Amino acid sequence: MAEMDVSSGGGHKKGPGVKKGKKLSTRIDLTPMVDLGFLLITFFMYTTTMSKPKTMEINMPDNEKVEVDKQTKIKASVAMTVLLSKDHRIYYYEGLADDPTKPPEVKVTYFNPQKGIRNVIIDKKKRLEEQRQSDSSLTAKDQVTILIKPDVNSTYDDLVNILDEMAINDVKIYAILDISDVDKDYILKTEQANGIAPQ
Amino acid sequence: MPKIKMPRKSTHIDMTAMCDVAFLLLTFFMLATKFKPDEPVTVVTPNSISEIPIPDKDIMLLTIDPRGRVFFSVDNQLIRRSLIDEVNDTKQLGLTEEEKKAFSLGASIGTPFSQLKSYLASAPEQQKEFDKTVSGVPTDTVNTTDQNELAFWVRVARNNNPKLRIAIKADGGAAYPEIHKVIKTLENWKIFKFNLITGLKEVPKGSAAYQIQNQGMKTN
Repeated sequence: MAEMDVSSGGGHKKGPGVKKGKKLSTRIDLTPMVDLGFLLITFFMYTTTMSKPKTMEINMPDNEKVEVDKQTKIKASVAMTVLLSKDHRIYYYEGLADDPTKPPEVKVTYFNPQKGIRNVIIDKKKRLEEQRQSDSSLTAKDQVTILIKPDVNSTYDDLVNILDEMAINDVKIYAILDISDVDKDYILKTEQANGIAPQ
Repeated sequence: MPKIKMPRKSTHIDMTAMCDVAFLLLTFFMLATKFKPDEPVTVVTPNSISEIPIPDKDIMLLTIDPRGRVFFSVDNQLIRRSLIDEVNDTKQLGLTEEEKKAFSLGASIGTPFSQLKSYLASAPEQQKEFDKTVSGVPTDTVNTTDQNELAFWVRVARNNNPKLRIAIKADGGAAYPEIHKVIKTLENWKIFKFNLITGLKEVPKGSAAYQIQNQGMKTN
């Protein structure tokens, strides 16, 4: 029961007839251990969330009522309104559209890296820069101001995309505003003019 | 010409070094892994070029799923505990000690106050089932009505921890009016600064942001 083969320890019992203990190698085959190690690595690599989600910081305008004479007026030449609508369509017009007799020219575009809203913004910035050269009333303070008005049938995707365009094109001044009935009317009219069935 | 005798090499390779590397990597990944917290709904966030990482703690997370349902959660268990205590007292929900504990250990809450007690009393598996059909935390564009339960949650949470940052994690397909309600609710509590959780997107080449990033130079 408690027999133990101690012969492996010494080589002193050499001679015929004496069982020679097999000298065991001290090396262990590590292959299964390595296999296991890599298996676990693979598992953890897949499950790990290395990068934390990124965030976009957003500042909304204060909803405190400001007296009319204390409000900062933006110039019509710097303003651009972007209306986000159904099916990721974007309607935009330049100027403030504060004159009801002269409705602005509303154009349609999409989120498209090549010729979409990005080019419209770049173009607007370029034109303002040119205007700044000739018009002395425009100071360095007058930067392109974009008013973002998401319609009720736009999605969160559109909102983030347009905010992202602001970051991409380095537009410093922008605001998210509620869409007005006038703006909704512009969309409707443009849709009709372009032969898109109203919703 | 004498023959060159090639020494015979053993086919055995010493695995020790490889084993060391394997376990080193294993240890690294084990420590780096942070298992994703259990989310009640799957939300695919839109991507942006913004690279601001989300803060580690003091986060109030408002999740909005594709159907526009709002889920509310706070990361700190101690805050969750005092939060539920206060909600229980104010809204007279009559929660038991176990139900309060279930809240402080649980994930996001998307139930109206009227269903909160039965929700917390049920088992975690049932809660998951329930999350699929639940209506979400009721919201509105004004904070004065009782309808806007999100406003109440936000206020109580902010009272418990004024440092709380607010993060909105919304699905790209969520309709704007739902987002608008949440933003309005925050605005009504004078919270004008918050974070939108987005995925990461590469800065498009040639754009103004790309130039700033690469030159460290401001362009107008």
